[in-house]
Amino acid sequence: MKGLAPILAAIVVLAAVPLVVESNTTLNFLVTTLLIALAGQGWNILGGYGGQYSFGHAAFFGTGAYVTAILQVRFGVNAWPAFAAGIAAGAFVGAVIGALTFRAGLRGSYFALVTLAFAEVLRILASVAPITGAGVGTLIKLDLHVSALQFQSRAVFYWVILALVAVSLLIAHALERTRFGAWLIAVRENEDAAKALGVDAFKVKLGAMVISAAITAAAGCFYAQYFLFVDSGIAYGTRMSIEALLTPIIGGAGTVFGPLVGALLVKALGEGATWIAGDAPGLNLIVYGCVLVLVIGFAPRGVIGIFRGLYRGLLAGKREAAHG
Amino acid sequence: MFSPVILIPAILNGLMTGAVYALVALGLTLIYGVLHIINFAHGALLSAAMFAAFFAFSLLGLDPYVAALLIAPLFFAIGYCLQRFVIGPASHGDDRNMLLVTLGVAIVVENALLYAFRADTRTIDLPYAFETINIGFTFLAIPRVIGFVAVFAVALVLWTIMNLTDAGKAIRAVAKEKLGAELAGIDVAHVYAMTFGLGTACVAIAACLLMPTFYVNPTAGNAFVLVAFTIVVLGGMGSVPGALIGGLVVGVVESLSGLFLGESLGQIGIFLIFIAVLLVRPTGLFGAKA
Repeated sequence: MKGLAPILAAIVVLAAVPLVVESNTTLNFLVTTLLIALAGQGWNILGGYGGQYSFGHAAFFGTGAYVTAILQVRFGVNAWPAFAAGIAAGAFVGAVIGALTFRAGLRGSYFALVTLAFAEVLRILASVAPITGAGVGTLIKLDLHVSALQFQSRAVFYWVILALVAVSLLIAHALERTRFGAWLIAVRENEDAAKALGVDAFKVKLGAMVISAAITAAAGCFYAQYFLFVDSGIAYGTRMSIEALLTPIIGGAGTVFGPLVGALLVKALGEGATWIAGDAPGLNLIVYGCVLVLVIGFAPRGVIGIFRGLYRGLLAGKREAAHG
Repeated sequence: MFSPVILIPAILNGLMTGAVYALVALGLTLIYGVLHIINFAHGALLSAAMFAAFFAFSLLGLDPYVAALLIAPLFFAIGYCLQRFVIGPASHGDDRNMLLVTLGVAIVVENALLYAFRADTRTIDLPYAFETINIGFTFLAIPRVIGFVAVFAVALVLWTIMNLTDAGKAIRAVAKEKLGAELAGIDVAHVYAMTFGLGTACVAIAACLLMPTFYVNPTAGNAFVLVAFTIVVLGGMGSVPGALIGGLVVGVVESLSGLFLGESLGQIGIFLIFIAVLLVRPTGLFGAKA
């Protein structure tokens, strides 16, 4: 059960936050941070552990958001099953895109490009199809009841998204300790060698894609419930694809806590920039882009990698002192 | 609807739009052919160049076609420095990192433009923007004809650089055999940066050719670059003739599908071609094996 303790500790600490903090602005900030941490954890499963860099995770986020919203608004489905259906739909889209692209043997830049194109096709379709409300978008009716998965207090929403993040952390943790996870990492490190050792690379990548898509879709479902509004730009826009990719890369791709750490850092820096230079369009993303380039340049293993390096350095120092 | 009176002008217009697409794609394919990376910053650099052309006209009163003579070298320098001092050092020679660094540069440039100039859409007014010439059976817009001719002139210049100069020889050597070129004394980092600069200069010229008839805002370049990706994939990554022919084909396809399906669905047509080509024949129609 090694590695579970930090996860439990992090969840307990985060769960206690609303007991201390009452400001709605702060809670709102934390909810959106956890939201991109969840979307980022989805990306991390495929990109971080599997080495397949998707530039179009908005395809899953948007599908989750739209399916949750449309089932409720147009088909009168209850919010809870609609939420589950949103996750399933995201996983399905992941399976389709994964089956097509991995069957065609697309890797590296080609994979990044084709995922980007799929997200764009979905965005254009959503911006013209009548069922999505086309350019106007879809509005979910306000109904503050537990049965409608809407809550009066932001704290409850916060605990819901925290629970989802906790599940995603456990999934990443499990991945590090199962045979499937080992296969996935083998494929990331050297696909041909993994194949030569009998790993079915196609199946492994497809499985990772489905899990990854389902997690990011869950973030989309939550978005719809929290903001009660979805349109094609929010759902399938490149911004979500970028944020889902930034958080794990900055925090540390292929680590359990990477997306969470990255999301906290990125959001805090964005807020800091707004605080210094005033609220202006584009400012947050300028900061994100700079941090992305700096992290890749100076800390390719992300923030978690920096701390691991420091920790190892400390240990080595101690050992030297002991022997000295 | 199928009458030649409508079809032929649609095809000719498509060819002329396609020429500008081809120029954007040429920059992309050049960078891919040598550095083996997809430059995700291409669109943001196109938007930046369009802003440069816009301000050259509105502040200095320079005609975009004249401004191209200044903006192209400027963007060559920008591209050179980007690769030499940002993308190259930050990515440590790893392909996945390069992908992310160019994405990071794209995010920064696009949002810096948004921050500085807001999301407003701007255009410039030129006396000849709406003038046409009569070629017997139909009329052609003069700025588009100039653009069409200029693209082929640029392609010719590029061909001359690549085939008749030492710099071009070095670029081709690095594209073919990086290690061998390095052993022969070629400064690979310099060649990479030069190639990136040339690709960026192509985009700058494309921006100047677009400005007389097109608008600029911080995301204006993206639409072209998504099309350029399609062209590059269609023509084969790294293939120069592929980019030229692919550009013209895509221009015509877009023009015709716009005619038959309407604007927004016409765009989907391009993405579907893109996905289909990637899935079925990722080396493109003219490309060698990947």
